[in-house]
Amino acid sequence: MTSLIVRAATRLLVGLLLLFSIWMLLRGHNEPGGGFIGGLIGATGFILYAVAHGSKAAREALRLDPRSIAVGGLGLALLAGVAGFLPGDGLFAGQWLFIGATETDKGTPLSTILLFDLGVYLVVLGSVLALVFALEEEV
Amino acid sequence: MSDLLLPLPILIAFATAILAFFFRSGPEGRWISVAGSVAMLIAAAMLLSQVLTDGIQVAQMGTWAAPFGITLVADTLSAVMVVITGITGLAVAVYATADISPEMEESGYHALFQVLIAGVSGAFLTGDLFNLYVWFEVMLIASFGLLVLGGRRVQMDAGIKYVTLNLISTIMFLSGIGLLYGVTGTLNMADLHQKVQAADPGLVTVIATLFLVGFGIKSAVFPLFFWLPAAYHTPAFSVSAVFAGLLTKVGVYAMMRMFTLVFTQDIGWTHGLMLWVAVATMITGVLGAAAQTDFRRILSFHIVSQIGYMVLGLALLTPLALMGAVFYLVHHIIVKANLFLVSGVANRIAGSTEIDHIGGLYRGAPLLAFLFLVPAFSLAGFPPLSGFWAKYVLVKASLDLELWLVAAAALAVGLMTIYSMTKIWGRAFWKPHPGGTVPSLGSLSASERFFLLSPIAGLAILTVVIGLFPEPFVQVATRAAEELLDPSAYVTAVLGAPVTEVAE
Repeated sequence: MTSLIVRAATRLLVGLLLLFSIWMLLRGHNEPGGGFIGGLIGATGFILYAVAHGSKAAREALRLDPRSIAVGGLGLALLAGVAGFLPGDGLFAGQWLFIGATETDKGTPLSTILLFDLGVYLVVLGSVLALVFALEEEV
Repeated sequence: MSDLLLPLPILIAFATAILAFFFRSGPEGRWISVAGSVAMLIAAAMLLSQVLTDGIQVAQMGTWAAPFGITLVADTLSAVMVVITGITGLAVAVYATADISPEMEESGYHALFQVLIAGVSGAFLTGDLFNLYVWFEVMLIASFGLLVLGGRRVQMDAGIKYVTLNLISTIMFLSGIGLLYGVTGTLNMADLHQKVQAADPGLVTVIATLFLVGFGIKSAVFPLFFWLPAAYHTPAFSVSAVFAGLLTKVGVYAMMRMFTLVFTQDIGWTHGLMLWVAVATMITGVLGAAAQTDFRRILSFHIVSQIGYMVLGLALLTPLALMGAVFYLVHHIIVKANLFLVSGVANRIAGSTEIDHIGGLYRGAPLLAFLFLVPAFSLAGFPPLSGFWAKYVLVKASLDLELWLVAAAALAVGLMTIYSMTKIWGRAFWKPHPGGTVPSLGSLSASERFFLLSPIAGLAILTVVIGLFPEPFVQVATRAAEELLDPSAYVTAVLGAPVTEVAE
């Protein structure tokens, strides 16, 4: 149905978009970016794939039901929020873990904030794809 | 304690949504939804009791101090609205166990429903303007999903109109937020209250008008109400009941919050405009309803007309009028959700919501007829039901200000409401069924009867109780109105004692 050009370009672009979306997600901690915009870019990759190869193929490439991804992401974000409460801080307060930290070096900082952002990423990715696939398959 | 209690209703609703989604293919999903609604109602009731004993509750999310982080605030109005959300949510969740088909459950009805409840509660509890926008979006996405669930052509048609017009509203709202941030440099509502005093009043009035249009579309006031009667009669009955009860009222709530806390520089323009919008809304809504013959379309136009009363209370801006508006808000949510639930049962046993195509409900299902009569009379303002007090207070408030025309309009609209309710009563209940059959509740199984009728009966009892014992409800509404008119307690609760800022 679609042209060879679209399909060939898609093969290159999908991987690039997905990689870019993860870069956006990680960059969002201190600079413009984050889970929301990352999720949108990631969804663009799969939408492009659906345009080139049909939504059935895109669903197979995604492997999971997009709605499950969205709800799973919601759960992840919720857990990250509640995790802030457990050590006695407020809800959604960030908790940090510095792996290999020394006097001068912070090591590898891990935080519940990243977990929350990842949740947002999955919510956006899942719900946008659920909507677009549903519209694609309507006709 | 309040740090946990404030976000708890929202968290419970989200957690319920997640659980209900993963158990969507079996009957467990609907019971998770009911259990979650019960838990959410309990959390909301605890919040209300704490607000009533200890005053305004504030929680800073992520321990970022106001005005930098997102603040959740529960004053009396917010807490009351969250409790009403819980009551409506529970009633509809119980009703949905018998109303929603397994196919719709499989598509994630219960999860979307709980996300909608979370969005509504969030909008009532937030003290941050941008956060309010986010909750509006959460509500919009969830309600769009619910609206098109089932995928019939009319639903798609309604869904597109609904989403397009609501997107225009959110764009207005978002531009207003952007401009306001540009002018004041803050989005915390309590902080805004202080900062707008110093801003250019002309500019603030322009922004206020932008907000008025944005919230006006959301709450379906004249002349921006077209999306509502175009959409509310198409989805499943549980869905339209929760829409009718809660969605437009979030717009009214947002209007009440912003136009008492932030935009009070030019009351002559903003609230004067609101007054005539309110009167026009009441009249067009009720006239629109007179022309309809579909059960749900009549009720939809009545939502529009009733919104007019609430906006009227806000526009008059006296303690009595605001009290009336708050009372009206609570009364209306209960009654309107209930009427939509009744229309669902009528559709089940008589086969249609088109009142010319059905009939004989009084003869075949006298219990349902009685359960219709209570909220219908309450809507029209018959004593001793809750609607009587709501209308009485608002008419009294307009008479106190010597606005004779406004009071006359409010009374005339009440009369016209009776006309519409009598039309439904006469054609759907009294007239014999044109198909010659006698619709009866016996055509439902015993469990279906129980789960469909008990929420209706519960809400009907609630409107009778409010009507017979209005005193405690009036006291709470009065307190909410006082807090709205004098925001200093709200501001102090969020930002701390009003000292001039000194760097430490």
